[in-house]
Amino acid sequence: MKRTWWAFTASLSLVVACASGQARPAAQATVPAPAAATETTSVNRPQYPSTYHRHANPPVLVKNATIMTAAGQQIANGSILFRDGRIVAVGATVVAPAEAVVVDGTGKFVTPGIIDDHSHLGVYAAPGTDAESDGNEATNPVTAEVWAEHSFWPQDPQIPLAIAGGITTIQALPGSANLIGGRSAVLKLIPARTVQEMKFPGAPYGLKMACGENPKRVYRNRGPSTRMGNMAGYRAAFIQAEGYREKWDKWNKTHQGDPPARDLRLESLAEVLRGHMLVQNHCYRADEMAQMLDLGHEFGFKIRSFHHAVESYKIADLLAREGTAVSVWADWWGFKEEAMDGIHENAALNQAAGVRVIIHSDDPSGIQRLNQEAAKAMYAGQRAGIPITEDQALRWVTANPAWALGIDSIVGTLEPGKMADVVVWSADPFSVYAKALQVYNDGWLVFDRNDPAHQPRTDFELGQVPTTGEDR
Amino acid sequence: MIALILAQTIAITGGTVYPVSGPKLEHATVLIRDGKIAAVGTTVTVPPDATRIDATGKWVTPGLIDGAGQMGLVEIGAVPGTREGSLRGDTIAAAFNVAEGVNPASQVIPVTRVEGITTALATPAGNLVSGQAVLLDLAGATIEEMMVKSPVAIVADLSENGKDDAGGTRAGIAERLRGVFRDALEYERRKTDFSRAQMQPLGASARDLEALLPMLHGQLPFLTIANRRSDIETALRLAREFKLHLVLGGAQEAWEIAGEIAAAGVPVLVEPLDNIPSYDALGVRYENAALLAKAGVKVVLLETDTHNSRNLKQQAGNAVSYGLPWDQALRAVTLSPAEVFGVADRYGSLEAGKVANVVVWSGDPFEFSTAVEHVYIRGKEIPLKSRQTELFERYRKLPPSY
Repeated sequence: MKRTWWAFTASLSLVVACASGQARPAAQATVPAPAAATETTSVNRPQYPSTYHRHANPPVLVKNATIMTAAGQQIANGSILFRDGRIVAVGATVVAPAEAVVVDGTGKFVTPGIIDDHSHLGVYAAPGTDAESDGNEATNPVTAEVWAEHSFWPQDPQIPLAIAGGITTIQALPGSANLIGGRSAVLKLIPARTVQEMKFPGAPYGLKMACGENPKRVYRNRGPSTRMGNMAGYRAAFIQAEGYREKWDKWNKTHQGDPPARDLRLESLAEVLRGHMLVQNHCYRADEMAQMLDLGHEFGFKIRSFHHAVESYKIADLLAREGTAVSVWADWWGFKEEAMDGIHENAALNQAAGVRVIIHSDDPSGIQRLNQEAAKAMYAGQRAGIPITEDQALRWVTANPAWALGIDSIVGTLEPGKMADVVVWSADPFSVYAKALQVYNDGWLVFDRNDPAHQPRTDFELGQVPTTGEDR
Repeated sequence: MIALILAQTIAITGGTVYPVSGPKLEHATVLIRDGKIAAVGTTVTVPPDATRIDATGKWVTPGLIDGAGQMGLVEIGAVPGTREGSLRGDTIAAAFNVAEGVNPASQVIPVTRVEGITTALATPAGNLVSGQAVLLDLAGATIEEMMVKSPVAIVADLSENGKDDAGGTRAGIAERLRGVFRDALEYERRKTDFSRAQMQPLGASARDLEALLPMLHGQLPFLTIANRRSDIETALRLAREFKLHLVLGGAQEAWEIAGEIAAAGVPVLVEPLDNIPSYDALGVRYENAALLAKAGVKVVLLETDTHNSRNLKQQAGNAVSYGLPWDQALRAVTLSPAEVFGVADRYGSLEAGKVANVVVWSGDPFEFSTAVEHVYIRGKEIPLKSRQTELFERYRKLPPSY
């Protein structure tokens, strides 16, 4: 993942790192329903539950700012009030309680927290040595049994950098070496000691799948070594999963005899078939995305989002009909053959066709400025005569990734009742000169650019990475 | 036909002109004739035969120069057959000049130039001494037509990556380079003995030693990648010992010793958005460019991703966000790279007599909302087309008509 200075090897390393998937079963949805007779077996016990809790904070009123709701409204000289982790009011005039902390937003812009639905933070942590290379279980083409959260390192020094870019939620994904790479983790991006403290409560798991060049290259000596081999690999896995699901569903209903043997790999795939887990599919080429949609039809599941999807503009009509989102870059192209047809207007053409568009990073540097990446894609569309609005482009990095992660009822817009994930920007976030000034995660001020007391540092950084303004 | 194009006279009138070599000029004219800038100013007389381009309300700047990457040397990152930037089997590849690997038909070239980048470095990579970089204009059917200067510098790698070719230690890098430099000078003194095989074996091939001589005589820059503060100091030490014309690249922790670098008169090539810590440089940070410039270092801004060399504009905008004054940022992607690469007599600013690499923008070149309206390379208007614009045109309405 690490960029080398002359950039040449950087593109090569992307080849394996990027892929996507999404994460995590609602509550205990992953676990077959408990039965009285089996209360002593593992399936009935909590499976690495979230220990996330909201930090107690006073109410906050940001006033006189431009409020960009990502829900169709842009309010000049507006205010937003949040308390107890929830947005209370957004509007031209908002009455705040006496105890509220008041932030003067004059000249500033307020948006929902930015959400990256494709990150490898924590699983490909800095400083990027082999010791932290935990993103690809590249030992078998199908590893649906691995969970990204079991690799995730909360002390990754890339986390504070992403927070300073306005990121409040990420999907941490396994890499794309495998046909089926494993479960993703949907995480609140906050300082924490354990990944459990970061797990987004109630978020479903995602399943990372990958098409094309990566799996067939990684497994060329043992198979799959072709795109048709890739397809056969997915199909074989889901055929097994169908049988597994049937056995467990039947047993859960009747509790007759011994429970079936537990198989972690098939358990994940069965959850996809039940519709509890969201498929996040790394796939570049248009023709391959069409194959994957057919795979979904064959086994009765939906693909939630195609990730990277550099050719999605070629089949935007098909994607709109299928209701599958696309998670794309603004301008990455050319680092491998399946990325040769990337164009600047990809996001805008998909938006115009009615596809749900997401701008993702897949990169520890890019995640720090998803607002800028969305700006590039928005203006490229506008220049090409596609009238993308700022609200739509803001949704590319807020409400739409929230939908891809199955958490859009909780985060992604500035509307009363939503979780108080809020970013205050120094300027219009679609300007190259805008910086996140304050980042609130569930009402907690996790970053304040102008206050040394609110600049999170990981354990890794202490004593070896100089802070801003500090010399050694 | 060629003569006709070269004879063309173009007057870009009414725009806000940023010559870089001087203050901006409102409602000014840039006159281009025979591939060169003929005049710049507010009182320029436009000849009647000139093609007039109304730039009222627009910004006019020199074409941007990206001082990094492998333009023309890589078509598809993951396809080795399309990569030309690294020489295998020669860790001191000083004689390796990348020029003949350049593909003037590369699709990356039009994609880049339509975004206002008109000149780029093609840089060798890998090995301890990587080879010779060349500077290219992003137009021309042949390598000769594209060439601005060859060689521009000898490139070496004093970062962690260079250790692979130096026995696995940083001290090994320094000692190997010293040995090779001394051998080159020895070789120069005793060429006759060398050809009679009356010398001890030398630390590199005769070709490579020969290629180092212009650099060792201060006629060619020693462009070295070094990121850790101590590695940068090693580079400065080597430069002092051998009286090298040093240029630092990458230089992630350079901000920590900005004063020392300024005092040594060493320019620095920086990628502003480089801030992911590694053991090569835990101190890497966004403010590097600004802190260096503040200390008086000549800074050149880079986008090192060849395929997105066009994001040099975004790099520069972010450098401004993190403290580099805007006019210095513009200079750091135009005149400063021209100076560092030894072509400032011909490139980098809008001045009479210079090569007419000129861009007309709808606004601030660093802003995402800004469109590129006209690009001139060597005085010739570049069509704003690339393989990517063709793909867009084909698929803007679905299904496409073939």
